[in-house]
Amino acid sequence: MAQHIMFVAEVAQEKPLLQVRQLSKSYGVNKACYDISFDLYEGEVLGIVGESGSGKTTLLRLLCAGLQADTGSIVYRSEAADPVEICGLNEAKRRQLLRSEWGYVQQNPRNGLRMGVSAGANIGERLMAVGARHYGNIRDQASTWLDQVEIDRQRIDDAPQYFSGGMQQRLQIARNLVTQPRLILMDEPTGGLDVSVQARLLDMLRGLVSQLRLSAIVVTHDLAVARLLSHRLLVMYRGTVVEQGLTDQVLDDPQHPYSQLLVSSVLSP
Amino acid sequence: MNSTKPPASGLPKLKAKSDCSPIEPTEMDQNGYESGDGGTQYNFAWLDEQTKRMLRRALLKAVAIPGYQVPFGGREMPLPYGWGTGGMQVTAAVIGADDILKVIDQGADDTTNAVSIRRFFVRTTGVATTASTHVATLVQTRHRIPETALQNHQIIVYQVPIPEPLRFIEPSESETRKMHGLQEYGVMHVKLYEDISRFGHIATAYAYPVKVNERYVMDPSPIPKFDNPKLHQSPALQLFGAGREKRLYALPPYTDVQSLDFEDHPFAVQQWQQNCQICGSEDSFLDEVVIDDKGGRMFICSDTDYCRHRSGTETLVGSDFAAAVTRTNSKTTTGPNNNNAEPG
Repeated sequence: MAQHIMFVAEVAQEKPLLQVRQLSKSYGVNKACYDISFDLYEGEVLGIVGESGSGKTTLLRLLCAGLQADTGSIVYRSEAADPVEICGLNEAKRRQLLRSEWGYVQQNPRNGLRMGVSAGANIGERLMAVGARHYGNIRDQASTWLDQVEIDRQRIDDAPQYFSGGMQQRLQIARNLVTQPRLILMDEPTGGLDVSVQARLLDMLRGLVSQLRLSAIVVTHDLAVARLLSHRLLVMYRGTVVEQGLTDQVLDDPQHPYSQLLVSSVLSP
Repeated sequence: MNSTKPPASGLPKLKAKSDCSPIEPTEMDQNGYESGDGGTQYNFAWLDEQTKRMLRRALLKAVAIPGYQVPFGGREMPLPYGWGTGGMQVTAAVIGADDILKVIDQGADDTTNAVSIRRFFVRTTGVATTASTHVATLVQTRHRIPETALQNHQIIVYQVPIPEPLRFIEPSESETRKMHGLQEYGVMHVKLYEDISRFGHIATAYAYPVKVNERYVMDPSPIPKFDNPKLHQSPALQLFGAGREKRLYALPPYTDVQSLDFEDHPFAVQQWQQNCQICGSEDSFLDEVVIDDKGGRMFICSDTDYCRHRSGTETLVGSDFAAAVTRTNSKTTTGPNNNNAEPG
């Protein structure tokens, strides 16, 4: 916890990587997300927790502009150019951003991978999409990334449909990280995995995030995942952010009644 | 149907009666188009004039945006999908009465698909046909580009089964259109990557993806990659029609066409140890033909006209060919006699 506080104090001097202000989205009369504001700094992991239907995934999809927000603004400070307003970005630029500086890890790896083509090609796709045209180099990078995510190099030519669930998820992460994005969005990265596999995945993710100084937004309903991965936490309830703060602070001393309920609902073995 | 009649000056023997009247073989056989006593029941080139206009509009757009797939209102043709309905509709839209038509299937002028499509256009337009590439003004082809270099007064029409080169990797049509629009062609290299990782080299041997005019990635139809270099800067107008998918696209003359590859695995065409065993050609695309049940086989040119021409055997040209077709069909067909007609 002390580490976290020091870290936050350090980044507070910088300008945020992502600045979200008054973001709202309704489906008809249902307010999926309402008046959401937060900042994300470089190298920081932000957890979003909340029950099913609280608007977590909608928020994530608004951020990567897969959904158009009704109101509000998302400002991203890209590496090269001036800050860009994601909501007003045209589709070409948005997709360009999404496959170079951003990454999106789907809850179900089947949606984020090409199941029919080899693991190497899955990792290499983003490289080829940004212009890599040297087979040997692409393959080398793919091998390196397989090492990074603890998949045997020998499996480089196997299609992910022959991988286990945990391996598929790790492959998806490698596929997203190969272009060295600055921001990675994860939707329930450990969903559907058994606890020992979860633990390994989280361990690996934590290592990668600190090693690459990645910023990440992790949506999860699992408080243990949130505690392990995220520096700061956003608690969502019925489309609004009811509480935000340092992870340990929120989880150890929840203020809002819903946060208190959420924390007290966790079963401990 | 006056509105669908061709210009009055042209095609006096054609009765533009109905666009989709059923085939009446008896009358056709007795009063074939060329026999001079009444003609066929069909409009010139079978399609009605409005359809041909629609096709031509789509073709103009296709020529204006090289490699871009233009949707068109595909019509039912008297032939199943997969037999060249797209190519036939394009041919029907551009053919004129003074054209000399060549139809090939896998390089050969005398295979089923080529013969039936050629007969179709002879019946419905009365144009002259030829097997000789340099005589033809219009070539419809399935799976080959003739070995003889095409000229700038010629048009070549390709029959295309799957026009979308990205289909292998992306099944959604709306997504592939978006990818074309935004030039997101990284996935094309995923396909080539897979080839190399499996076979050690780019094993795609036909329908090899190309980039046209440094913009659109295009499927050149299932021609062998041997023919890909012929697409580049070709003086002839190249038109592609996909009947089932109802798309057409084009390469205007002298367009840049680049085969996709990797820096360390550059594009290369097929090569053979053998020469053609009929004409001895060293540089043409060879077919391996099994000649007996004792393991005997020979390599011969896939382009029959090229092979005949080189080996000095009978080259069927113009009316000779029509006569040959006639002999096999045992009916009278002579050359065209309505060259003054406007294209339909």
